[in-house]
Amino acid sequence: MRMDKTELILLAVAALLATGGWIAPQWLVFLLTMALAKAMVVQGVVMQMRAGLVTFGQGLFFCVGGYAVGMSGHFLNITDLAVLLVIGVGVAVLLAMILGLLMTRYREIFFAMLSLAFSMILYGVLVKSSALGSTDGFNVKAWTLFGWSPAAGQGPLVLFMIIVASSAVLAVLLHRYSRSNAGMMCEAIRENEVRVEYLGQSPRWVLYMNYVAAAAVSALGGGFMALSAGHIDPEMAYWITSGEFVFIALLGGTAHVAAPFIAAIVFAVVRTYAIELVPHSWQMILGFTLLAIIVFLPKGLWSLFTGNVKRAKA
Amino acid sequence: MSLFAVLIDGTIYASWLFLVAAGLTVIYGVMRILNMAHGSFYAIGAYTAASLVGWYFNNGIGPVWAGYLLMLGCALVAGLIVGLIIERGLLKFMYGRDEVLMVIITYALLLVLEDTMKMIWGVNPYFAYQPYAEMGRSALAGLKVSNYDLMLVGVSLVLGLGLYLWLERTNQGKVLRAVIHDREVAMAMGVNVKRMFTLVFVLGTILGTLAGALTAPAISVAPGIGVEIIVLAFAVVVIGGMGSIEGAAVGALLVGLSRAAAVHYAPEFELFVIYGVMALVLAVRPQGLFGRVLARKI
Amino acid sequence: MTCILETQGLCKEFGAVTAAKDVNVRINKGEVVGVIGSNGAGKTTFINMVTGYLKPSRGEILFNNQSIIGRTPRAITRSGMARSFQVAQLFAQLSVLDNLLIAVAAAESPFPALLVPMRSASRIARADAILVEFGIPQWRDTLVTAVPQGVRKLIDIAMALIGDPQMLLLDEPTSGVSAEEKTALMDTVMRVVAEHQVTVLFVEHDMDVVRRYVSRILAFYSGEVLADGAPEKVLANAQVQEFVTGGAKAHDKAQRSAVK
Repeated sequence: MRMDKTELILLAVAALLATGGWIAPQWLVFLLTMALAKAMVVQGVVMQMRAGLVTFGQGLFFCVGGYAVGMSGHFLNITDLAVLLVIGVGVAVLLAMILGLLMTRYREIFFAMLSLAFSMILYGVLVKSSALGSTDGFNVKAWTLFGWSPAAGQGPLVLFMIIVASSAVLAVLLHRYSRSNAGMMCEAIRENEVRVEYLGQSPRWVLYMNYVAAAAVSALGGGFMALSAGHIDPEMAYWITSGEFVFIALLGGTAHVAAPFIAAIVFAVVRTYAIELVPHSWQMILGFTLLAIIVFLPKGLWSLFTGNVKRAKA
Repeated sequence: MSLFAVLIDGTIYASWLFLVAAGLTVIYGVMRILNMAHGSFYAIGAYTAASLVGWYFNNGIGPVWAGYLLMLGCALVAGLIVGLIIERGLLKFMYGRDEVLMVIITYALLLVLEDTMKMIWGVNPYFAYQPYAEMGRSALAGLKVSNYDLMLVGVSLVLGLGLYLWLERTNQGKVLRAVIHDREVAMAMGVNVKRMFTLVFVLGTILGTLAGALTAPAISVAPGIGVEIIVLAFAVVVIGGMGSIEGAAVGALLVGLSRAAAVHYAPEFELFVIYGVMALVLAVRPQGLFGRVLARKI
Repeated sequence: MTCILETQGLCKEFGAVTAAKDVNVRINKGEVVGVIGSNGAGKTTFINMVTGYLKPSRGEILFNNQSIIGRTPRAITRSGMARSFQVAQLFAQLSVLDNLLIAVAAAESPFPALLVPMRSASRIARADAILVEFGIPQWRDTLVTAVPQGVRKLIDIAMALIGDPQMLLLDEPTSGVSAEEKTALMDTVMRVVAEHQVTVLFVEHDMDVVRRYVSRILAFYSGEVLADGAPEKVLANAQVQEFVTGGAKAHDKAQRSAVK
């Protein structure tokens, strides 16, 4: 399998990041792990955006991934990390295959609202479910890997390595997907759906596959988040959480597969300091930043790197 | 008896939902903007009313009826100011952009306003229960119902009818409907669409703050109430068909009654029911119950 | 002569408006057919029905002797009938090359591959080849939004042609193009189409353009086929002259009778 330049760079950066983890302080490793987990969810949002759809409900799959991991540990006593993640992704894929049948009939605002609705349905169900801790959620059991249990203090670093490796593999796969026939067909659908039909393609089929794939990717992020935070709660499916993912997606832009990772890390770092310094103005900062991006950097932060800054027409 | 309780509870909840959703649907209908910040307008109305009315009654400033007037008055003023600032200061530069982008822009606005409210009113809850308590209760077929809630039902009926008649019967309303149907053609026919937009947005804002002010005496006004209700308002507006007053009314009734039924018979399903109804309606009739199907064009 | 497209008693009503009334047409393989008619005569409706975009109220459509009523545009395209549009339907934010590559990839399989790159050497070669055929290789890497109208129409047609269709329907290929450019554009299009051995049906308002290329003309008026046959015969037809091609007097008469 030949790798192109971008993919080699991605792998190199991942290797750098992994080595950096050995010398970085605990809090930074923890922050980066959570940021990378969120970035995976954002990748799912970006996949939809490439097809012209904005989802305000990706938190649904983020939450499903996390809760599948947590519940498997709690009720089925499964602690193997690999198995847990596979379960998380699997459940999300099944759900997406069902919901996708409905969701792919809608575009624009209706798609956004419907995705929000389904996410809130899950939120409502979880909040009222005392067996799952309702609004408090519950703790996720410590994970093992192929029988090996990390010693105290080792866990976070090992998880960091695993998530960096997973992110690298994911990045390469998504890079290929975005340049494949299917990925480019998504962009074509965004530009002109009628033409795509007239070229002999089924927009519904392409969008369906994209929707399911995006769900899988986001659920992986949810699973990793559950494992690293050690806790899950219904907030994961709340629409404001989904809004955060949309924000990070816009922050990074959809031009390059690395953008969501970078944006998520920037977001995590800024957020940590903002919450400490101005806890009651954090949302306001988010809001103004979002407006600034829309007006000045419609293609996201990535456009700063590529010099592709196009002022939005008023 | 339980069925009657569901009916009453449902109708009261529905009228509250309609009050909140009316402004949202009007703004979308004319300007094609699904305004997420509408939740913040509601909250601003609630906070303004709660703080001013609370101060009024706690210090026994004057007669009770003046307190009600104050409540309405401050909602109007708050809505006017906020609406003008946002429309003239931000939105007018963004018209014509993609609908979903407008949603994201109003979402950014929501975030900003949420923290602005925290700055102005702090994070502790406000209580202004006096207008609610002063009205007392009535017995309705053996059930105790608050008169304030009944008044809300009345207000929403009057408001709904008023909006509907204004849109359908008056000349202004007809011009507005022309703009709803085709903005460009209306402009070409000499309609001052820009002024219309300002008018409609401010009207929508005032409807939002009014809903908040009217609700304030019945709840504890605290951060986050705007965020909570906006998703409910969306559900109502989407179910009814975006831009339709009749739709918002029917949608509110549907959601109100379903929710009341859930609360009485299966409380775990309360939130589920609201969004479940929305998903169901969208699955069967994508444009909502009273929504217009847009013609395809090639 | 084998019949490639046949419509039998095709009708379409939109409420009180009759867009098509008992349209019976037989197109044979290899023909170049011109479709003329005033605005609102039903030409685009005809194309929309035949390509599956609109469902006819009544009637039958046979493509290669198989009924295609009820089939989607996607299925009809895959069976070998492609079309271009009155307003060029392109992928605005992508380059001209990418537009064509997508058309190539789309023609390959109804289920696009997930991980294999679209921009492969063989596909790029095909796209480049058709750009050269149409005489527009210099626009290869330009974003479609920056491309002039005439070139947009050519790309629109190229995308339809690149899937190797048996039949091509062109909806006003020269619309929006200036009078001086019309002939050059049609010359290019018809030359390429002839080389690909495709049956062509095109809608056109300019009679000079029509006369240059067609072996047969279909004249529409008010949803009906007014005349169908060799160009000299159709254009000499009195009704055609009155309702389609005629001068100012015929136009006024048609207007008055339409208002009644």
